[in-house]
Amino acid sequence: MKHIISVLLENRYGAFNRVATMFSGKGFNIQSISIGETEIPEVSRMTLVTSGDDKIIEQVVKQLNRLIDTIKVIDLTQTPTVIRELALITVFYQKGTRSEILNVGDIFRGNVVDINNKTITLEVTGPPDKIDAAINVLAPYGIKELARSGAVALKRGEQNKDFKKQTNYSQL
Amino acid sequence: MKENNGVMKGAEIFFECLRMEKVEYIFGYPGGAVLKLYEKLYDVDFLEHILVRHEQGATHMAEGYAKATGKPGVVLVTSGPGATNTVTGIADAYMDSVPLVIFTGQVASHLIGNDAFQEADIVGITRPITKHNFLVRDVKELASTIKKAFYIASTGRPGPVLVDLPKDVINSECEFQYPENVELKGYRPFFYGHQYQIKKAAEMLKNSKRPLLYVGGGVIISNGSNELRVLAGEHNLPVTMTLQGLGAFDGMNDQSLGMLGMHGTYWANQAVNNCDLLIALGARFDDRVAGDVLNFAPKAFKIHVDIDPTAIDKNVVVDLPIVGDVKHVMAELAAELTEPLSFPEWWNEINAWRDESPLEYEDGDGLLRTEFIIDKISQKTKGQAVVISDVGQHQMWTAQYYKFTHPRSFLTSGGLGTMGFSVPAAIGASFAVKDRPIVSISGDGGFQMNIQELITAVAYKRPVKFIIINNSFLGMVRQWQELFHLEKYSFTDLSASNPDFIKVAEAFGLKAFSTDSPKEVDEILDKAFEINDGPVLIEFKVVREDMVLPMVPPGEPYEKMIVKRLNQKSTK
Repeated sequence: MKHIISVLLENRYGAFNRVATMFSGKGFNIQSISIGETEIPEVSRMTLVTSGDDKIIEQVVKQLNRLIDTIKVIDLTQTPTVIRELALITVFYQKGTRSEILNVGDIFRGNVVDINNKTITLEVTGPPDKIDAAINVLAPYGIKELARSGAVALKRGEQNKDFKKQTNYSQL
Repeated sequence: MKENNGVMKGAEIFFECLRMEKVEYIFGYPGGAVLKLYEKLYDVDFLEHILVRHEQGATHMAEGYAKATGKPGVVLVTSGPGATNTVTGIADAYMDSVPLVIFTGQVASHLIGNDAFQEADIVGITRPITKHNFLVRDVKELASTIKKAFYIASTGRPGPVLVDLPKDVINSECEFQYPENVELKGYRPFFYGHQYQIKKAAEMLKNSKRPLLYVGGGVIISNGSNELRVLAGEHNLPVTMTLQGLGAFDGMNDQSLGMLGMHGTYWANQAVNNCDLLIALGARFDDRVAGDVLNFAPKAFKIHVDIDPTAIDKNVVVDLPIVGDVKHVMAELAAELTEPLSFPEWWNEINAWRDESPLEYEDGDGLLRTEFIIDKISQKTKGQAVVISDVGQHQMWTAQYYKFTHPRSFLTSGGLGTMGFSVPAAIGASFAVKDRPIVSISGDGGFQMNIQELITAVAYKRPVKFIIINNSFLGMVRQWQELFHLEKYSFTDLSASNPDFIKVAEAFGLKAFSTDSPKEVDEILDKAFEINDGPVLIEFKVVREDMVLPMVPPGEPYEKMIVKRLNQKSTK
């Protein structure tokens, strides 16, 4: 099963590498990974999409917690969550297909961010499954290039009200 | 913060930090990137630097020191090859939870990434085999990083921490302040177990008819032997130990069943197979213990006490986990048990297994066997020695036949199984332990893997008894080839290519003895144990094709245990 795991990390040299090394060393699978700054400059947030049975996910969470640079690990899969991913999709067009492609972009609430005499680049945001759907629909036209940001996610509602208290979750 | 100590060079700050950490010994080897540190070291008198002959030797010596004392072992090496040579020792320490702090030189910051002379990305290389590692990027971070390194290495589940020191960092200067406290948002080891779960464990124990304590190295690391003695002693509990756990409980006590697992005793493994309650204390259900993980202790309710949450449910899924320091959990568990328990029927069963298939070996045919030698050493030292084994058959025989009476007495490479561990680790342990005999036991294969450190033992007059169990085979591999690989003895026979160990000893300046006769063992050991002003080497030429038994074949359930050898090989 797919799991979305949010990790607060010390914004330090090598911290991201340590997570990546742990995943490859333990043979865990990563579908996407994204990392960036948070409201606190010395902390970054990493959003991981991974999959595995309960035993594996339990180990993923524990092993993440075990890293010295991780401050907090939350498996967001079972909690109400806002999830977004951004994709840039460059599609070939011919006479007659241009308006169809623009129409698909509209349906997925995408924006046209670039166009030339052969291709259109659409920007689509949304949960990863919406991106998957957009790509599926656009694929028959011929996708020239595709870039996906990986999912970012936050718990809905009361998240991050009191960051300091939450840091007590750290484990060995 | 301590009071301001004025502006200091990085190299001075480095040694002041080691002084604050009360470091007694550094195991090291100089080189280009650490010249400034060695320049300063020349005048340092509050610690002793032990010059090794290969950096792998330094890490194993530091491990020997750390395993014998519980204090972090400290290593100092140069960049590039100096650093990469430490890798095996670091991986070994990581697997066996040994606290080490390894300082590696690094090329100057502005050269990092340029393929500079003697540059290696040691922080990248050691990331998966250290508990944590640091690249110090500014001299202002040096003191706080060293403080963190010692703190991380020695708390929680201990492990190796590497600190990479670029040349310009140790050459530049700043005000020195040694922090009193460590602030790490993401690191707070568990200490006390969950009260409710401890109460539940006590209830399970009261209702159990066939309980068993399965004791791992965690009990030794947490200094929990007294708590174990009280818990097991007052409630008549059988105790079986892992390779790393040997010594946590007195091996001469009748309640000790010896080691469990692949080469465990018949009765310990039968007890595992038939117990109704298994309490794992600071152990991790390693595959060499558990065999077939799905059928390990199949009838038992399993309780697992460990300080590392990742150890729980990793190999064997347990019924009741307790995350905490095993020493405290054992004390609290004992406190919950107000009435002494006893299990006479269970002990009758265990003792019947003990009689059914005791540990035994052929004796009296004039041939020299390892089991006999270990038995002799155990008797002669009354279980009081610190024994440092290498990896292989002799290691398993040592675990089976040496009766360890104290914790921190059996230092061995368990998780990683590093041949070449014993010689340097014994030297390291000899700096820590001054009032007990230090016995290094290696096979003829492993002995040659860090043979260069013999000269370190000679130079520092270490009273180590280096024992070589020479069967001129890579014996354990040979045993597996015989059992599982169609008797194809592929590259395991060293009879035509071993050196003359006595001449080797002479060249290094050691007194040496050699024999292939059981009759001479006593006399040689007596002579060797009288030499205490330096190392001594003893070569025992043993029968070539003996097998370590009992044996649970890898990945198999305990009932597949091989107890007796069916095809007696012609020996010699």
